[in-house]
Amino acid sequence: MLPILFVMPLVQLIILVNAATYEIKNIKVFIVDQDQTQVSQQLIGHFEGSNYFTLDGRSAQVDDGKEAIHEGKADMAIVIPRHFQRDLKNTRHAGVQLLINAVDGSAASVSQSYASAIIRGYANQLTKESGAINISAGNIKVDDNNWYNPELKYTIYMVPGLLVVLVSMIGMFLTGMNIAREKEIGTIEQLNITPISRYQFIAGKLSPFWIIGMGELAAGIFIGWLLYSLPIVGHLWLIFAVAAIYLLVVLGMGLLISTVTETQQQAMFIAWFLLVVFILMGGLFTPLESMPLWAQKVTILNPIAQFIQVMRNVLLKGSGPLDISFQFVDLLIMAVVINGLAIMRYRKTHA
Amino acid sequence: MRSFRGFVIKEFYHIIRDYRSLLILFGMPAVQLILFGYAIRNELTQARFAVVDPSHDVVTTELVNKMSSSHYLLFDGYLKSENDIHEAFKAGKIKEVVVFDRQFAHKLTHDGVADVQLIADATDPNMGRMITGQITGIIQQFQRSRMAGGTPGGIQINPQERMLYNPDLRSVNLFVPGLIAVILMLISALMTSITITREKETGTMEILLASPLRPMQIIIGKVLPYFFLAFLDVVIVLGLALVIFHIPFRGSVALFLGESGLFALTALSLGLLISSVADSQQTAMMMALGGLLLPTILLSGFIFPVTSMPWPLQWLSTIIPARWFLVIVRGIMLKGVGLAIIWKETAILAGMTLVFLFVSIRKFKVRLD
Repeated sequence: MLPILFVMPLVQLIILVNAATYEIKNIKVFIVDQDQTQVSQQLIGHFEGSNYFTLDGRSAQVDDGKEAIHEGKADMAIVIPRHFQRDLKNTRHAGVQLLINAVDGSAASVSQSYASAIIRGYANQLTKESGAINISAGNIKVDDNNWYNPELKYTIYMVPGLLVVLVSMIGMFLTGMNIAREKEIGTIEQLNITPISRYQFIAGKLSPFWIIGMGELAAGIFIGWLLYSLPIVGHLWLIFAVAAIYLLVVLGMGLLISTVTETQQQAMFIAWFLLVVFILMGGLFTPLESMPLWAQKVTILNPIAQFIQVMRNVLLKGSGPLDISFQFVDLLIMAVVINGLAIMRYRKTHA
Repeated sequence: MRSFRGFVIKEFYHIIRDYRSLLILFGMPAVQLILFGYAIRNELTQARFAVVDPSHDVVTTELVNKMSSSHYLLFDGYLKSENDIHEAFKAGKIKEVVVFDRQFAHKLTHDGVADVQLIADATDPNMGRMITGQITGIIQQFQRSRMAGGTPGGIQINPQERMLYNPDLRSVNLFVPGLIAVILMLISALMTSITITREKETGTMEILLASPLRPMQIIIGKVLPYFFLAFLDVVIVLGLALVIFHIPFRGSVALFLGESGLFALTALSLGLLISSVADSQQTAMMMALGGLLLPTILLSGFIFPVTSMPWPLQWLSTIIPARWFLVIVRGIMLKGVGLAIIWKETAILAGMTLVFLFVSIRKFKVRLD
């Protein structure tokens, strides 16, 4: 059991952090060159020289391009029409068709913007070579800055989030099965005849898992800092203060589940269901802001969403106590309500 | 054979008797599909931005109006100065700040150039990039419309794009078929992972072993009822995907059901494998849930494209069954491909199933003596 508790989450953290990236690279391009001229070759050369694209097959038939996309061999086909070079010379104007596999819509729009940028860049180069005046007057110069994460690294964004999930997963599963297990094996009877009170019982059940959770969180932050240069801009004590409350919420939830179920299997199913809902609607992988408004409002009941925000804001941006006060109060209320319910539900009389 | 039939029927009773678990097994996938189908999106919607505008002139006001009217962006208000940006970002609501130069319009008309700074809260790099891209696009369009009168004689190549299979770029079309794979994987592995360990824990394993059933029969008898349950889950979830989310279904339904059956079998046998390795229900469930949940979500290409991952992870992802099934589901539903194109993925799943079953039976035998 011990390796599952400590090694599995941390190994997952180290490995899986690298998997979570929306960055689009290695877009497989199929070239349909119907023009076969110097200009069309040059344009293709620009795609070849780009880091985002790898050329994968070429033909003069549009249908071959479509077929390649259909079979999954290409993500995009570029169709350079006949008379491309001639049209550019005569009318200074020509079109290029991009066929894009849009099953993954966001990847498709990113690929499209990369391709358009290359095509526009090539057109500008042609303009310059032909000696025309580039742009007349009234140029707005856009300068973009990426604060807190200038290299746009996904790993430092994912470490705090994944860590929250791993800590919660372990905590909730363990406490969730705990009382159900005693019921199943029958040892709950023995506990019931001891003189400890309900409060002591719940507190006693919680504290070992609470310590394990805090330890795991600390180890995770350390590993993130060591391996992924996770910036720790804000105060660590703030993180641990909120974590102390947060763990009470998660563990209390596990215990509550444990008191209302009869078998470990049922407890596990419910814990798992809640956890998956919390994770997938908690802004870990897809942004909270992209969810419909009702779903955004419901996050007030989602401890994982709240704690992930605290972790990210404090660690990456250095948010202070005032900035995260909403999340803190929200978690505090959840902790009181859930543990209160768990104590109420646990009755010594009918086990 | 008669004793085998009796065993299978007994297993069915076991499952049906526990109506709470049964309710969870059917209710949970349906609820999850509906919740996630609505909530898992990654499009840019209503991202809040603020503006620092010391010049407050015709041009900057018009630009701010243009940005506010985009339905991707939501104007949150003006900040007094650049010094307030940090505070705004720390509070976490605002994702981007647009900083205009002093005397913006004046500089634009007299000097021919004016500066605007876009500052993104790039803690979420993808979000930051999308918002910056969106605002840059609006500014460029504005500029083009200002110059429309006197177009310089530049060369223009217009890319016209055609988005195949999903012309509106709806992320639901990507995520809902993916959800079918993820839900099926986790539910199926979970269901079987505890069956054998429970017998071990409660001590009834000895009784089973003493019966005239062969290990193979015991294992198949354990999997069979769950296979029917998983298959029913597939039908329910697919129905919801089509009725509620209007996901296009372009391929063959029979092929889809066949492949889903195969995948359910893969997941069930993985669960079996776990249960033959673990010695308590607790360990089995921690392995099935703790060990499968995140790798299945992250390495299968459900949310993040596999081709973008570093190569060791791409390599690692090949052992995740859901990765192959995702290609199959998306292929059949969205692209309408046939077996001729997805035979490789199908063969891999079939191979995995055989390996899992073989190993579990072998492991099981060892326990006999």
